[in-house]
Amino acid sequence: MSTSNFVLFLVSGGLAIVGAIGTVASRKPLRAAVALLLHIIALAALYLTLHAELLAALQLLVYAGAIVVLFVFVIMLIGPAAEVPSNPRGKITRLLSLVVGGSVMATVSFALVGHTAPRLPMLRNEAGENIFGTVEGMGVAIYQQALVPFELVSAALLVAIIGAIAIARSRTPQEQAVVVERQAERIELAAARDAELAQATAKVGS
Amino acid sequence: MDVGIGEYLALASILFGIGAMGFLTRRNFLIQLMSIEVMLNSVNVMLVAFNRYQPSNHDGQVFAFFVIAIAAAEAAVGLAIVISLFRLQKSVETDLPSALKH
Repeated sequence: MSTSNFVLFLVSGGLAIVGAIGTVASRKPLRAAVALLLHIIALAALYLTLHAELLAALQLLVYAGAIVVLFVFVIMLIGPAAEVPSNPRGKITRLLSLVVGGSVMATVSFALVGHTAPRLPMLRNEAGENIFGTVEGMGVAIYQQALVPFELVSAALLVAIIGAIAIARSRTPQEQAVVVERQAERIELAAARDAELAQATAKVGS
Repeated sequence: MDVGIGEYLALASILFGIGAMGFLTRRNFLIQLMSIEVMLNSVNVMLVAFNRYQPSNHDGQVFAFFVIAIAAAEAAVGLAIVISLFRLQKSVETDLPSALKH
């Protein structure tokens, strides 16, 4: 692999780790969302070093374009309450989890770094062009080998959308009480207006 | 310098560990959901890296494609639950909800 690929791996991998730490460690959710955006864009660059062009584009479209925006919408909707005050009770737990998680990560990555695998020839189409990771190659793979899961995923997305609307629209008992009260007020007002109208017409008639 | 599969897998494991620690230690529902996204992304890195070293098929990349699609659905439903929880108790702290206890 060339030096430029190595530099791209270092830069995008480092930015991905920085973004992940920023996401997890920020006190303010909006900063966490921006760090998540950095993480996602860095991973899209990392996919390019792995010859996954279509996935890099999808990562930007779906994650940076949809999921992060959805997070930001919800943070804006919730407002200041989105920030949860940190509880001092969990300090020891937090330190312990950092030590345990950090040592596991260090061991695993120390064991893995330096291992390599033989480079096999890439997938080609009938014309002899390299189609590994391109739209053509992925399209063939999805529509020939994974057609049923692909259709099922579209159904799952539809169900998720309907479920999200149903969950977010449901009312709490207090909100339901307020709605019922307002309806009663509106009916009373309408009745009063009808009575006035009837009186006025009666006057005009006489 | 050469980048082999080991470096990509090490990066993926580090990202997964960061996401898992964030999910376990934070008490903010929104940030816990973002940590889940970090974990899903690290798994995607691993799948794509394995696929790069077996490039006669697209199995890993197709799997990563489905993971992205399901992550989008998960984020939508999770954020709807966040909104619902916020309307119920005016906070997104995950220590507070106890309606399903006992």
